[in-house]
Amino acid sequence: MIRSLLFFPGNNPNMLINASALLSDALIFDLEDAVSPAEKDAARILVRNTLRYMDHGSAETVVRINSVDTAYWRSDVQAIIPERPSMLLLPKVGSASDVRELECEMARVEAECGMEVGSVGIIALIETALGVENAFQIATSSPRVRALFLGAEDLTADLRCKRTKEGREIEYSRQRLVVAARAAGIDVYDTPFTDVNDDEGIIKDAMLARALGFSGKAAISPRHVGAINDAFSPDEAEIEYAFEVIEAIERAKAEGKGAIALRGKMIDAPIVARAERTIEMARALGLGRRKA
Amino acid sequence: MKILKNAAAGTVESSDAYVTVEPLGEEISVEVESVVIEQFGEDIERCAREVLAELGVEGARLVINDRGALECVIRARVETAVRRAGGDLS
Amino acid sequence: MSKLVGSIKEAIRLAGLRDGMTVSFHHHLRNGDYVLNAVMEQIASLGIKDLTVNASSLFDTHMPLIGHIKNGVVTKLLTNYVSAGIGRAISEGVMEKPVSFRTHGRRPADIALGNTPIDVAFIAAPTADKEGNCTGKEGRSACGSLGYAYADAEYAEKVVVITDNLADTPPASPSIEGKHVDYVVAVDAIGDPRGIVSGTTRITRDPVGLVMAASAAKVIKASGLLKDGFAFQTGAGGASLAAAKFLKEIMLKEGIRGSFGLGGITSYMVEMLRAGCFEELLDVQCFDLDAVASIKEDPRHKEISATRYASPLAKDAAVGGLDVVILGATEIDTSFNVNVHTDSNGYIMGGSGGHSDTANGAKLSMIIAPTFRARLPIVTDRVTCISTPGRDIDVLVTQSGIAVNPMRSELRERLVDAGLPVMDIEELKARTERITGVPKKIRRGERVVAEVIGRDGELLDVIYNVPER
Repeated sequence: MIRSLLFFPGNNPNMLINASALLSDALIFDLEDAVSPAEKDAARILVRNTLRYMDHGSAETVVRINSVDTAYWRSDVQAIIPERPSMLLLPKVGSASDVRELECEMARVEAECGMEVGSVGIIALIETALGVENAFQIATSSPRVRALFLGAEDLTADLRCKRTKEGREIEYSRQRLVVAARAAGIDVYDTPFTDVNDDEGIIKDAMLARALGFSGKAAISPRHVGAINDAFSPDEAEIEYAFEVIEAIERAKAEGKGAIALRGKMIDAPIVARAERTIEMARALGLGRRKA
Repeated sequence: MKILKNAAAGTVESSDAYVTVEPLGEEISVEVESVVIEQFGEDIERCAREVLAELGVEGARLVINDRGALECVIRARVETAVRRAGGDLS
Repeated sequence: MSKLVGSIKEAIRLAGLRDGMTVSFHHHLRNGDYVLNAVMEQIASLGIKDLTVNASSLFDTHMPLIGHIKNGVVTKLLTNYVSAGIGRAISEGVMEKPVSFRTHGRRPADIALGNTPIDVAFIAAPTADKEGNCTGKEGRSACGSLGYAYADAEYAEKVVVITDNLADTPPASPSIEGKHVDYVVAVDAIGDPRGIVSGTTRITRDPVGLVMAASAAKVIKASGLLKDGFAFQTGAGGASLAAAKFLKEIMLKEGIRGSFGLGGITSYMVEMLRAGCFEELLDVQCFDLDAVASIKEDPRHKEISATRYASPLAKDAAVGGLDVVILGATEIDTSFNVNVHTDSNGYIMGGSGGHSDTANGAKLSMIIAPTFRARLPIVTDRVTCISTPGRDIDVLVTQSGIAVNPMRSELRERLVDAGLPVMDIEELKARTERITGVPKKIRRGERVVAEVIGRDGELLDVIYNVPER
């Protein structure tokens, strides 16, 4: 389960070697924006070795490769796929064909090194107006696509609007991506909060993302990981309520009743489904119920 | 891989290594300077020679200025420098 | 008869300093101190030789001392801490007699017991009157507390106060009282204010440090010690201060009112006092400007002597009342012995200071350190030097896991119950070595260059010279 995704510059060993200690559910090793053109080769080899030799524990490993309109992306795929990352993050996805182009290359390399074809997933980084409008097609372009990911910095440049902390300018894009991803049955991650010194701001922004329906949120600073994990984890009251829902349902079944109420509200199928998800998530996170 | 020209990779930041390579006839020479030379000097030279062998390098003078880099970092920097020196920029 | 004399040289002469005697200094002016160098220069010019210097700590501003060692003016050093430049010279074997390292608590105990008698104590006073009543709270060189100098003033045969702010009237509440003082010398400057205290001490921005700090705060919470009356000390390292910040948040959220904060005091402890986390601060040394301002203005922020801080002879030693202390380490071994004297290459670059005193006194002594620095694992089979014995260390907090001293099984259970990543220290060592590789043992010399004396006066370990490489 991915609540937080933390970016690491691909050519900075000091950051990379401590990646797994920073409590992020997913680690994104960046070969794109964080690496200058002259160091693309160095970063690619360094990230490849990091994947090969370092133990990242339970964290999912993601590599942001260069976009399919660059000269670098094929070499990125060639070097990275054999190290079996969880997913590749493809930037600047504008349409389903971008994903299919990457998918072809991934399949070729997987086959070449004897891996099961399709084993490495794709996260599509949506950061253009075209990408937002094509979100559902992108989300359903390949079974490899595990999630959409909103990149608001490039997007607002493309939209010709100012990126603000409040984020009014990306409201539509956020909601569009959530709807597209949920319609396709995949996850969806929110854009990073970029002010590393605003401890209140990150909490608000992460809570907003969760309220909108995002599965998780990316971070460019390790200091944001805690706030994101907290925002996307069920709190004690939610866990308690979820257990009560399940207990009420079981009681009703035992007593042969059809419809039942809890705390004055009818419990219907969506509430039960949500309660099951909450309990599953709490178990995965090792969170217990306060009272036994 | 043949070393055609001088090349370098890495940085002198902590936990990194700065590696230079230049053509050197038929032999291989590895020089190591390190903040952990007593504890890891031999390990660093061994892993550098392993990378050179994996890449099939036959003649090279390699100089490593190590700032406490882990082995996977040193391997990456040596490989990058060698590929650059061999004209392979992919 | 007036105590005022015209120069440091005159005071040295009047005090009767001769070959083979002991002079003492305190370190509240830290790396900004001018007094030790000025005094030693005059001693050297008088041709006096074979002295013992008993200095509570030595900083790299005191490097001229190495020259006095080389020319025989100084032949023995007693201290609690040295910074890297001085330490390197000692490790390279500049002195024939081994340096005696003590703890901040052992030093005043040995002075009081007559084990390390002082002939002439030199006290750097930011403000003093003509009788030698001193305070560190006023003056251009204000440093706050003068806690380490009390024993020197009380027990030395002769006491010389050196000040750059000679006051007409005695300070309202003098730290050192004139009854102990023989001579007073006014000079232009006793130190460089920029080196005496730092502007503000900052918590770490290093992400690994922050992860460790958050984990440290969780350990304290889970220990069961965090309740009303809580007493706390933390080091001035970035991760330790960050832990204090997280701890403050927990204390405020849960409405816990502690009793006292102890130690070298930083702005973070001052903030905790102001926020109501503690009823008082007990301060043996100020680390930054906020601490100096606070000790001057806030009656709850109290100056204490090194004896009251940590002496094993004091029946009210503050360290004995500590619930938790957070400490650093350059190495820790699988028996939980901690090294803060040498770096991983064997060069001296520190000392106990209050490390072993607080570890000995506190109910929970916690080491906070990353699993490796510059490829060198923090956990070893045997530390290069035992600064604090493992029996006094309860828990090691790293970014990758928490190791509890096997003698503290109840604490281990509490941490496991709280869902913290507890593992055996051997496991932590093995995991780290899988990342770093196993370092080759460093070669050490044959000659003992320092001895490390514990809080109870026992010889804990010796430090060997570092051979030329």
